[in-house]
Amino acid sequence: MLYAVLCYHSEDVLTSWSAEHEHAVMGKLAAVEDKLARAGRLGPIARLMPTTSATTLRKDLDPPLVIDGPYAETKEQLLGFFIIDCSDLDDAIVTAGELARANPGGAYELRPVAVLRTHRSFQ
Amino acid sequence: MNDPAWINAALISARPQAIAALLRYFRDMDTAEEAYQEACLRALKNWTQNGPPRDPAAWLILVGRNAALDATRRNRKLEPLPADEVLSDLDDVEEQLVERLDSAGYRDDLLRLLFVCCHPDLPSTQQIALALRIVSGLTVKQIARAFLVSESAMEQRITRAKACVARANLPFETPGAVERARRLAAVSTMIYLLFNEGYSATGDTASRRFALCDEAIRLARLLLRLFQSEPEIMGLTALLLLQHSRTAARLDGDGQIVLMEDQDRSLWNRTMIEEGLALIDKAMRHAQPGPYQVQAAIAALHVHAATPEETDWQQIELLYATLERLQPSPVVTLNRAVALAKVRGPAAALALIEPLAEKLSGYFYFYGVKGALLRDLGNVDEARDTYNRAIALANTAAEAAHIRLQLDRLMSDRTHPARPCG
Repeated sequence: MLYAVLCYHSEDVLTSWSAEHEHAVMGKLAAVEDKLARAGRLGPIARLMPTTSATTLRKDLDPPLVIDGPYAETKEQLLGFFIIDCSDLDDAIVTAGELARANPGGAYELRPVAVLRTHRSFQ
Repeated sequence: MNDPAWINAALISARPQAIAALLRYFRDMDTAEEAYQEACLRALKNWTQNGPPRDPAAWLILVGRNAALDATRRNRKLEPLPADEVLSDLDDVEEQLVERLDSAGYRDDLLRLLFVCCHPDLPSTQQIALALRIVSGLTVKQIARAFLVSESAMEQRITRAKACVARANLPFETPGAVERARRLAAVSTMIYLLFNEGYSATGDTASRRFALCDEAIRLARLLLRLFQSEPEIMGLTALLLLQHSRTAARLDGDGQIVLMEDQDRSLWNRTMIEEGLALIDKAMRHAQPGPYQVQAAIAALHVHAATPEETDWQQIELLYATLERLQPSPVVTLNRAVALAKVRGPAAALALIEPLAEKLSGYFYFYGVKGALLRDLGNVDEARDTYNRAIALANTAAEAAHIRLQLDRLMSDRTHPARPCG
């Protein structure tokens, strides 16, 4: 079963990281990612740009209302995600736990993926 | 989770909001700072044992406020005349405090905190130093290092600046639309100057000043989060990101400027570029052009080109013409002339800058540009004289060395047309 590991963290905190701290965290994460990739379990990974770059479309209106900023003003923001193949929820929790040890703080939401389509035309 | 690095980052990121709220509460900068310091000390003890709270800023504000109130109450017992009006005022606000943290009210708190640093009586360097101390929470030592002055000199500067803003007595009411726009503009300028303070650095001390660019970007993002729909704040943030994206390529091993056309473009930071471009896109949708957006658009055209030859000078020239209308200045015209020379040749550019000679007679860059235009026209003698004028006006050894190099090339290949310099 594919799981999306949705990464929530305080954007203020992340943008306050020193370059050294960021480098150290990314190094630890890469080690976990490598292990997953070698086992053929790692799907796409995305880091989202800061919420200040976001635009929201309220599509209950026609034409949709375009608003600057993220959909939800939250204390912790959705900053990225991993797609990982896990045998079950326990496995997903263990795997996300490894990522969490590499990058503590904030929260991971584990969401089983219903459909993952990739189109060949997409580079 | 109890990692000290994480707690440190949490304290730094919560600082602007916490200080802003405490300032609103106590209406006195020193009290607000002391309250925040006390809250941080307690956080270091408490968070290492219990883990950080879900909302560090709210925690720091409540704990800081209580700590300062305790101190006030203790002092009140010692003083014969109690400051009753202070306390009764505070008690009224107490119940609404937590509620207000979640509302949009903190937006004006933060804007006010940034704005008090931009007092018009303060020279820009003091505005910047004050913002770094109060809003960003850099130590006096860190700020002194970035400004290349002694710690005691910086301490004095900040103390004087604080005294000045304390006398100013900025009103605490929610500002109206006009006042809010005025504050936003002043704060934007301060952030822009802070960025330039780091960006203009050269030589072996340059790298430690780049931290000022990072801090300016952090403040710009903070401001943009408060005012999500302001195209000029998007433009400002984009401009800073796009300029800073070139930092790794802008100086050579000796800390001397490398011209954009000579920079190794593979060293440009793609992440910053992408974010900057995304922000300009967002800003353009509002169709309310402003100076920061136009400058960001110019920077975007530069970083968009894979090689110097692919630079869209025609579009850049048009954007400088727009900037001239929005914010007329001889320096903008001079920059437009550089673009115009690439599009319509050196003669047209020279005609554009001739009328600026008087206004820019003490400006190094004017003679640098003019010298290059004369050289491209084959007017070697006048070009040489103009270059010599530029060398005499150079602000740094690097600037002088750069023109000397142009001069050497000019004299050595009189017969070959030299490469234009920008």
